[in-house]
Amino acid sequence: MARSADSLPVTRAGAAIVVVTVLAAVIGPAIVGVDPAFQDLPLRLEGPSPAHWLGLDELGRDIFARLLVGARISLLVGAVVVGTSATIGTLLGSIAGYYGGIVDDVVSRVSDILMAFPGLLLAIAVVAVLGPSLTNVVLALTLIGWVSYARLIRGQVLRVRELEYVQAARALGAATPRILARHIVPATLPALIVQATLGMGGAILAEASLSFLGLGVQPPTPSWGTMLNYGRSHLLDAPHLTIFPGLAIAVLVLGFNFLGDGLRDALDPTMSQGRRG
Amino acid sequence: MLRFVARRVALTIPVLLGVATLVFLLIHLIPGDPAQAMLGEAAPQADVDALRAQLKLDRPLLEQYVNFLGALLRGDLGTSLRTRTSVTAQIAERIPATFELAFAAMFVAMMVAVPLGIAAAAWRGSFVDHAAMAVAMGGMAIPNFWLGPLLAIVFAVELGWLPVSGRGGIDHLVLPAVSLGLALAAMLARMTRASLLEELREPYVRAARARGISRARAVIAHAFRNSLIPVVTILGLQFGAVLTGTVITETIFSWPGIGRLLIQSIGFRDYPLVQGCILLIAVTYVAVNLLTDLAYGWLDPRIRYQ
Repeated sequence: MARSADSLPVTRAGAAIVVVTVLAAVIGPAIVGVDPAFQDLPLRLEGPSPAHWLGLDELGRDIFARLLVGARISLLVGAVVVGTSATIGTLLGSIAGYYGGIVDDVVSRVSDILMAFPGLLLAIAVVAVLGPSLTNVVLALTLIGWVSYARLIRGQVLRVRELEYVQAARALGAATPRILARHIVPATLPALIVQATLGMGGAILAEASLSFLGLGVQPPTPSWGTMLNYGRSHLLDAPHLTIFPGLAIAVLVLGFNFLGDGLRDALDPTMSQGRRG
Repeated sequence: MLRFVARRVALTIPVLLGVATLVFLLIHLIPGDPAQAMLGEAAPQADVDALRAQLKLDRPLLEQYVNFLGALLRGDLGTSLRTRTSVTAQIAERIPATFELAFAAMFVAMMVAVPLGIAAAAWRGSFVDHAAMAVAMGGMAIPNFWLGPLLAIVFAVELGWLPVSGRGGIDHLVLPAVSLGLALAAMLARMTRASLLEELREPYVRAARARGISRARAVIAHAFRNSLIPVVTILGLQFGAVLTGTVITETIFSWPGIGRLLIQSIGFRDYPLVQGCILLIAVTYVAVNLLTDLAYGWLDPRIRYQ
């Protein structure tokens, strides 16, 4: 039996983390009022203090202010990658699942090939040739991201299209695009929402990984991954440069994972087997 | 079983061809003139022309593709632009380091995940279960590019117990293997718990309990062995994630493997080497997935007839 998402404390904790991060990203920089690009060079690498809660980085910039702006990048990349991947994946997955035949073969083979590359590797490859930038990170992550949505939706459509209400719509003469848009895709929404929530965490982690490797967002734009990358060279003298951006990534990803897990239990109990006993 | 093996191997061939095609096309995704991009904007035109001719980029695309596939079949991945040595030789030199790290990480993952998963399942719903699963959830969210430096701060810098970077004895392997293996451990712990709980519901376990066997013995001696099948499968399927993780872990700990070579070659715009590293990682991933599939079919005969 499905449980409501908000009945689980971890789901609530996840939702709280996400909401607080979104608020911090949207209104935080205005409230804090510190310029994330301002360099106080004499105080560079200074640790946390009442004036600078999380300390200053290698150029004397306020780490807290940079984390707030960095949250915008993380959330933006997550939202664009998940939004685009889910749209492309839903479109291709529903067409492949509904029509079968050659369309299904082509989508399945292309996704087989893309799935043959482990996780981030293809994104690294694409960014390596296109050059490091925020746009190319989004492009690379979308290129690998749509596959899991297409597979999920294809499976769901194969299940739903044989249900009686869909056959009834077909018998009543409804056009295929209408059947897909009005009857089939809405039935796949719970699974899609769960996948998208968990996908947000994955996309944020992937962007941070690419930026950490120097292949993502380029300085001076503050991205959590880039901040970690630069903090690495000050591991011995200023560990706070490494600790806070990493903590921010871990907490936000955890938030989306908690929320996704909770939604899975609430919206799609069949998928929660194996997660909970 | 032979038919099952033949079918699975046959299904892998088009995937491998697709992987090779995508890796071949990578170089053609470079905006503008690939030869100019590899040498930099300031390179003299004569050098650019020479490189274009060397890489046969001036030949028709189809001819380039056929040549690329032909060279691949001979194990020839081209020549590095920077060192002028064979890409295959450079990669072969780095393979042992990467595999050492990957297997050590998987060993760490199993050593952490199995006891954690068993404890969580055996004391289901208790504090132990919640704590183990919270640790697992945290482990999945912590990026290895954060965990690695944190472990280095504590165990190499503050305590001085372990070396901070490089490859050498087993002490050099500990920090990279732990930082790479912990995320996998988190996932495996959840899988072990779920799989064990499923087995515990089976009639043979209930029968064992009815015969007076203690719950601990029922878990360890009866249910655990069967619950391992999906766990080992996931371990095999996650080998790809571990391989990708080595790219980051090797960069953090200056581990001389393929992942670090890949990132270095991207920095030098040494695209033949980039192609070689990506191809090797992807092909290894496909091969391990195939072996996992075959092992699963061998362990569970029902799979062979699906």
